[in-house]
Amino acid sequence: MTVTRIDIDGRSCEVTSGQNLLHACLSLGFDLPYFCWHPALGSVGACRQCAVKQFHDPADTRGRIVMACMTPAVDGMRVSIADPEARAFRAGVIEWLMTNHPHDCPVCEEGGECHLQDMTVMTGHIYRRYRFKKRTFRNQYLGPFLTHEMNRCIACYRCVRFYRDYAGGRDFNVFATHRNVYFGRHEDGVLESEFSGNLAEVCPTGVFDDKTLSASYNRKWDLRAAPSVCVHCGLGCNTTTNERSGHLRRILNRYHAAVNGYFLCDRGRFGYGFVNTERRVRRPRRGTAPVAAQEALRYVAERLGSGGVLGIGSPRASLEANFALRALVGPEHFHHGVSTADYRLMSLLLRILRTGAAPAACLRDAERSDAVLVLGEDVSNTAPRLALSLRQSVRGRSFEIADTLKIPRWQDEAVRNAGEAQRSPLFMATPSATRLDDAAARTFRAAPDDLARLGFAIAHQIDSTSPAVTDLASDLVPLAHEIATTLRTARRPLVVTGTGCGSTAILEAAANVAWALRRMGVAVALCPVVPECNSLGLAVMEGRPLPEAFAAVERGEVDTLIVLENDLFRRAGRPAVESCFKKVGHLVVIDHLLTETARAAEVLLPAATFAEADGTLVSNEGRAQRFFQVLVPEGEVRQSWRWLRDLTEAIGRPPEAPWRRLDDLTAACARALPALSAITAAAPPASYRVRGSKIRREPHRMSGRTAIHADRSIREPPPPQDPDTPFTFSMEGYYGPLPSALIPFFRVPSWNSVQSLNRFQEEIAGPLRGGDPGVRLIEPTSSAPPEYFGEIPPAFVTRPHESLFVPIQEIFGSEELSALAPAVAERVPEPYLVLGPEDAARLRAKDNGTVEVTLPGIACRLQVRVREDFPAGTAGFLTGLPETAAPPLPAWGTIEVRHE
Amino acid sequence: MNEERPLTQNIRSGQPPPDLAEYRRLGGYTALQKALRQSTPDDVLREVTASGLRGRGGAGFPTGQKWSFVPRGPNAPRLKYLVVNADEMEPGTFKDRLLLEGDPHQLIEGIIIGAFAIGANTSYIFLRAEYTYAFDLLSRALSEARTQGLLGRNILGSGFDLEVHLHGSAGRYICGEETALLNGLEGRRAIPRAKPPFPQGSGLWGRPTVVNNVETLCNVPHIVNRGAAWFRGLSLSEDGGTKIFGVSGRVKRPGAWELPLGTPAREILQEHAGGMRDGYGFRALLPGGASTEFLLDEHLDVPLDFGSLQKVGSRLGTGTMVVLDDHTCPVGMLRNLEHFFAQESCGWCTPCRDGLPWVERLLASIEAGEGQTQDLEILALHTGFLGPGKTFCALAPGAMEPLQSGLRYFRADFEHHIDEQRCPWR
Repeated sequence: MTVTRIDIDGRSCEVTSGQNLLHACLSLGFDLPYFCWHPALGSVGACRQCAVKQFHDPADTRGRIVMACMTPAVDGMRVSIADPEARAFRAGVIEWLMTNHPHDCPVCEEGGECHLQDMTVMTGHIYRRYRFKKRTFRNQYLGPFLTHEMNRCIACYRCVRFYRDYAGGRDFNVFATHRNVYFGRHEDGVLESEFSGNLAEVCPTGVFDDKTLSASYNRKWDLRAAPSVCVHCGLGCNTTTNERSGHLRRILNRYHAAVNGYFLCDRGRFGYGFVNTERRVRRPRRGTAPVAAQEALRYVAERLGSGGVLGIGSPRASLEANFALRALVGPEHFHHGVSTADYRLMSLLLRILRTGAAPAACLRDAERSDAVLVLGEDVSNTAPRLALSLRQSVRGRSFEIADTLKIPRWQDEAVRNAGEAQRSPLFMATPSATRLDDAAARTFRAAPDDLARLGFAIAHQIDSTSPAVTDLASDLVPLAHEIATTLRTARRPLVVTGTGCGSTAILEAAANVAWALRRMGVAVALCPVVPECNSLGLAVMEGRPLPEAFAAVERGEVDTLIVLENDLFRRAGRPAVESCFKKVGHLVVIDHLLTETARAAEVLLPAATFAEADGTLVSNEGRAQRFFQVLVPEGEVRQSWRWLRDLTEAIGRPPEAPWRRLDDLTAACARALPALSAITAAAPPASYRVRGSKIRREPHRMSGRTAIHADRSIREPPPPQDPDTPFTFSMEGYYGPLPSALIPFFRVPSWNSVQSLNRFQEEIAGPLRGGDPGVRLIEPTSSAPPEYFGEIPPAFVTRPHESLFVPIQEIFGSEELSALAPAVAERVPEPYLVLGPEDAARLRAKDNGTVEVTLPGIACRLQVRVREDFPAGTAGFLTGLPETAAPPLPAWGTIEVRHE
Repeated sequence: MNEERPLTQNIRSGQPPPDLAEYRRLGGYTALQKALRQSTPDDVLREVTASGLRGRGGAGFPTGQKWSFVPRGPNAPRLKYLVVNADEMEPGTFKDRLLLEGDPHQLIEGIIIGAFAIGANTSYIFLRAEYTYAFDLLSRALSEARTQGLLGRNILGSGFDLEVHLHGSAGRYICGEETALLNGLEGRRAIPRAKPPFPQGSGLWGRPTVVNNVETLCNVPHIVNRGAAWFRGLSLSEDGGTKIFGVSGRVKRPGAWELPLGTPAREILQEHAGGMRDGYGFRALLPGGASTEFLLDEHLDVPLDFGSLQKVGSRLGTGTMVVLDDHTCPVGMLRNLEHFFAQESCGWCTPCRDGLPWVERLLASIEAGEGQTQDLEILALHTGFLGPGKTFCALAPGAMEPLQSGLRYFRADFEHHIDEQRCPWR
């Protein structure tokens, strides 16, 4: 990419040579309207809205109209945005779009953040000359996430290009022709793609809107907003939270160039509903009776004064909350509130990352990989946004083909045509079929141990000094060879693995593959998938495994057990948890949800959710990111760390430096744990000011400020204070250029929609101004790869009367919090068991039939789903649902068919 | 003047077309032998380039030049395609149908030679949905050719392989646009593709592809057989060859005739079509299908070839003219045409998708006696804003050609409609 100079309306501008003019103009801050172009979807030239005048040479005074999005910038070219004919044409395009667009802005939920509104105003079209009837459509039911109002459609084709071309969806399309083009499904029904929610942001007007916002609607200008981080998987996608009247109203994508880019998954977007549910704990309780906060604190403090105290932390709580607990109970009494398997897996994963031999990939790295091996992880269900990035990675080959044909990479349809059916290699080795398989060059199904063996064999093929798999099945030899050769000859290969299979051997095999590549001088990256939003953060914060806590309780050494934001029934077998709760003197639970653990608590302290709290989470790539509250905790709800701080003080053991606000605690955590020393840099501190002001969370047009509480009091209450962040809870304060971690919402004058993001980036689709938020905690070292892992599991052998139960996950259901959101709950399936056809035949189990399952510590009835290539001798057990939360898998168990 | 009519020499009105044996007896497939056995692809390309053959589908792009853009040589992609545009849907146009139904082997021979020239081993004929009779004839002819070793592997022992597939369109006007045709052929929505890249570089399934019109390819065997100089000599103009001209409208003998390029419209109208029907006077004609500008009586002596028509502000188009008589309302004719174009818009780009329906409704409103003074301004604005470069493909600019010239030549008619709030022809 070379830089060149072009002349835009008499201004000499520096642009990237070959970049399209629209991209260049927007990067330079010019107002040039557009619809069909999207920075992640490229140019197709459909809407004709970004017309500019291009002049042939210095003598040319007439020029000709070209579409900026389809015209590459070449050295010395002269263009005009302000040219009268170009302006008239752009106004004409809006006039055409308005011939059919309903004038329903006052009742349209897009109003106030509508790109079409912004562009209409920008072009100056004001007077309607079309005097004929508009075309009308029938709308569809598309499921719990999105509304559909086709009459508003301006046919920019973004939705179908995102849904099909970008996200690989198949149940959505454009139908019919001419002005009747229709965007929807072939019939009413739930949109299948787990990225469907992005249509609400991709659509430039109100055809697709967030149905969960619709249910309790407010305009963008009436919504308080804050920068947040998604808590529904370990990828750390950046989000914007929106609040009004104490309710969380929606989640929007918050652009992060290295992580989520422009898109979220539907779990991340619609999973927020748990914050508003009746399942929330709102008041402190002792037993079943509400008690005052002071009373609860006093009671617990008294218990803490005498006898043994243990703390159990949580991978869904912030670093600060976990650290506060650790400080309260003492590091030697701090336990990780994760299953034994997860504890082992996360420790191993951390060890692998810390060798520094292969850097942890961010999602942008994943997207730019030119060869990918996914070993043992169903990313579509455990880390959906990663699956979307991997789907883009296979396009690499078509970009190379486009380069040879001199087709600009941004010319989307042409690149797709030129690269027809040619993909960069993606190898999917998983127990079960995944929704990413259609993008894969090859898929391989096997039991976890056999997947690990394939990985070890690949590593050995790459570097013969890595341990060999002695008795590898003959049909796997060529596959291992193919994958090894492909990865070795790639320039930016990626190994994706994770904890989803519950197999340490898979992690070790994946590490061996990465290290073997590294030894061969290949710049490989590793992308570990972790189960929860702070799994890696908790792993970094040393603690003991959960069974040790249970054992200590059993031994009678524990008088008081404090459980932080955790439902232990999801972490260990029911008998162990129940026995622990029975034996322990006092069970104190700090949580925001009335989980089964919370119900068992002697004292229950109501915690703030991510939307009411601030803190730091560490994502799967080791990126520490700060989330900020948007809700003011109501009533007696407090941030977990504040409960713990108060307890610390109540027992007369105040920390060396008092934790008055979050920054004090973050700093204490950084001081105490060298591995976390960088977390203070994740975002500016609460003392951060712009021109002496805090930053406002509310837009300047926020309405109803004096009326909103009028049903309770006609006096306007003073806005709540926020000591923990640089934000105000009101519309007072600064809004303008901001540090990237502190952007509460995207809006600039005349750009009210999410498209205003263009003004916050250094370059379109590049990093946010000032660099992307967050700080990476584990960076690669130059040290040579460590010793290979050498424990290769024996080949999987089926058993005559037992099946190996392997964990499988569902995007909607396997994650605890999102499954409580009403919209997501509609998508959660009944618990089921997956069998391959041979096993189904052997057991005489029918698809959709019922079986009885017996596993160590669990017995239940499940519906059977027969999947064609599910490995023989194994059974896929859907984990994470309330009914099936925590069996330690993989494990052997039996299946019996119920004959009614 | 050369009186030869190579394209239609084998066509007998009302008779079935020559089968393979008959076609051979009439001298068919000798060009193929010559090309495959005595020439190289470069020789064929040179001859076709020298002949001055220009595309007969409407745009008139020089065929040899089009072929020359296809990558050749050892480093060229292995897969290349020759696609025959037989999706003849231009209103008033029925010239390819004559060739398809009259002499299918002539087209097949042209395809094989064309594919040989560009090094394509696969060819598709994209046939208009309604041409079911041609579909049967072509199927039969293709299977004859296959049986006789004229298609398939190692054709005539030359080492050249070619398979030709016949694909019946599902029936959209836009499929005549070559890149929309390619999308349709691939099973996608038939919407045009952006150019560049041109199909010669990245076409069908991303591979180098030439799309040629039926009539264009039918000329190729004759050029190979008789040479470029002979071909140029067929024409009265600088563009080589003959052209199938057609006339529809209220003339005495509507039909299609093969005549030298450069034949004036008046000659075709008077001598071949027999002049206007009794009682009807001539007002104007569209020289080459619906998407060309009107010609008036004063233009009728202009030679019908690519260059000359451009000079009077129109285009040769498909060379098949639609005649407007003095008993027909020009506003109504334009409304009918614009209805067609609005209906056939693929819906991809805004000006075409939403502009044409507005134009159609304005014309309908004017014709119905509900026109407003500003309507003519809005129509004129559309002729500018739906012009070349502003829309995604040539459909809307084509749709504006009759309207633009209509507004110029029939201004008084439009004004009568608006002033009197009625159609004077009713």
